[in-house]
Amino acid sequence: MLSLTIAVLVISTISGGLAALLVLAERFIANYGECQITINGEKTLAAEGGRSLLETLASQKIFIPSACGGRGTCALCKVKVLEGGGPVAPTELPLLSADERAANVRISCQVKVRNDIAIDIPPELFSVREYRGVVERIRDLTHDMKELGIRLVEPSEISFTAGQYVQLVAPEYKGSPEPVYRAYSVSSPPSRKDAIELIIRLVPGGICTTWVFNHLKRGDEVRLNGPYGQFGLTESDAEMIWIAGGSGMAPFWSIARDMAEKGVESKCTYFFGALTQKDLFLVDEFRELERKMPGFKFIPALSEPGEGGKWDGETGLITDVVGRHVEQGTVAEAYLCGSGGMIKAACKVLEAKGIPEERMFFDEFT
Amino acid sequence: MNLGSEVVGIIALCFAAAFTQNIVLTTFLGLCPFLSVSREVTTAAGLGVAVVFVMTFTCALDWLAYRYVLQPLRLEFFRFILFIVIIAAFVQLVEMIIERGSVTLYQNLGIFLPLITVNCAILGASLFMVIRGYSFVQTVAYGFGSGCGWLMAIVAMAGIRRKLANDRIPAGLQGPGIAMVIAGIMALAFIGFSGVLQGL
Repeated sequence: MLSLTIAVLVISTISGGLAALLVLAERFIANYGECQITINGEKTLAAEGGRSLLETLASQKIFIPSACGGRGTCALCKVKVLEGGGPVAPTELPLLSADERAANVRISCQVKVRNDIAIDIPPELFSVREYRGVVERIRDLTHDMKELGIRLVEPSEISFTAGQYVQLVAPEYKGSPEPVYRAYSVSSPPSRKDAIELIIRLVPGGICTTWVFNHLKRGDEVRLNGPYGQFGLTESDAEMIWIAGGSGMAPFWSIARDMAEKGVESKCTYFFGALTQKDLFLVDEFRELERKMPGFKFIPALSEPGEGGKWDGETGLITDVVGRHVEQGTVAEAYLCGSGGMIKAACKVLEAKGIPEERMFFDEFT
Repeated sequence: MNLGSEVVGIIALCFAAAFTQNIVLTTFLGLCPFLSVSREVTTAAGLGVAVVFVMTFTCALDWLAYRYVLQPLRLEFFRFILFIVIIAAFVQLVEMIIERGSVTLYQNLGIFLPLITVNCAILGASLFMVIRGYSFVQTVAYGFGSGCGWLMAIVAMAGIRRKLANDRIPAGLQGPGIAMVIAGIMALAFIGFSGVLQGL
């Protein structure tokens, strides 16, 4: 019995001693002190070193878009590190192109802040905030599409431009062990600052959409951050062609209402593709906008009109419908939002009609 | 035994550990990283160098702990637990020091260190030195030699697999299958070194 006690004591003492040694080492060796982060050569922040650049910036309320939560897989959190980033880590190499490496672009979740560091980020990221909000309304748009109305609580107002997106945080729930971030375009107009609307389509097996469809209730608290993204109308008053499918409707619903409020009079044709009549939504609302804006035309098209009753609108794939309506040699700007396949196919059609690539703007779903 | 013959004995022990008793090719320890991290020569070399370093030092530390703690207290049966704890703590500490000292070295070597903590060849070497009753100097030589042997084996393996990358391998043998066949042939070749050592 005595020998057993001694044995346990000895092993515990040695293990405890080693653990204490590691704690001390962590305190003294892995202590990087306070580091200065210079952003865009103008703003300087002081932050505790030793964590990843992404986490450090987030702790200073600067949110870089990131979908994987800092695990080095999504490659969204790219920032330009001008000084102090150290050598490129092997975990970053597969995610960076040769051009990006030459331009000092780094994956910010894989860069550890060990010393003073200088970075360049797009200035609009300064306005990215984390918001707490309350679900005000959940409305069924179609059988697999919901409109989510979120009233902002803290901060209580958001300013964004029509076409930008936010990241909604789906918390842990049964079937999803950790919070995930998913990007959704804001569908409400920027004039409404105290709340936002999102259009969310149920993706079978999707972590965030399953949460929204099966778990989220009116009155629940949600977290989101944003706004992000460059998608939106240019300053020109050129004729416009919009093409969207499914929940690609969201940014255009925001942009169209914004245009109506601002009295933009540019000629604009909006092609919206859906499968059957039960996949169509917001048609009456867009007809109303057509009456308000003389230059605006809404063309919904069904690829399978046979189902769900009589349909006297356009039929066929959205790309064919665009091909029929857009005249050869049209001078216009094109805005597209939807799946990668749809965008690719639509680009081909537009290119054949003589619209150059630099006048096409996308918001592609990933 | 005079000093000269002792030095020769140490060198012979070191060589034997690296070649004829190569830890991966004769005892098939440390096989998981040997098969999974042997696709690129540079990565294999990085991991190999880390193994040499960790094996040499942990063998020495484990010998000290065994000789001065476990033996006097008659707690030899606890060596498995104690050795693992020492290896884990040592690797963590080294990782921190390397990261602080040189970021380049950390990125080339440091990322392999956590992988080595659970490498059975490291624990195997410490247990063999106990079974064989080595002295401290012999233990260090044995640890260093075993590490070098592991390094050589994985670099050779990576080189061979690189050569084989463009060859047509039967579908059933691709991946780990062909790697095991190569390891077997390499083991035969390494045993051929035993003739060299008998001359020493």
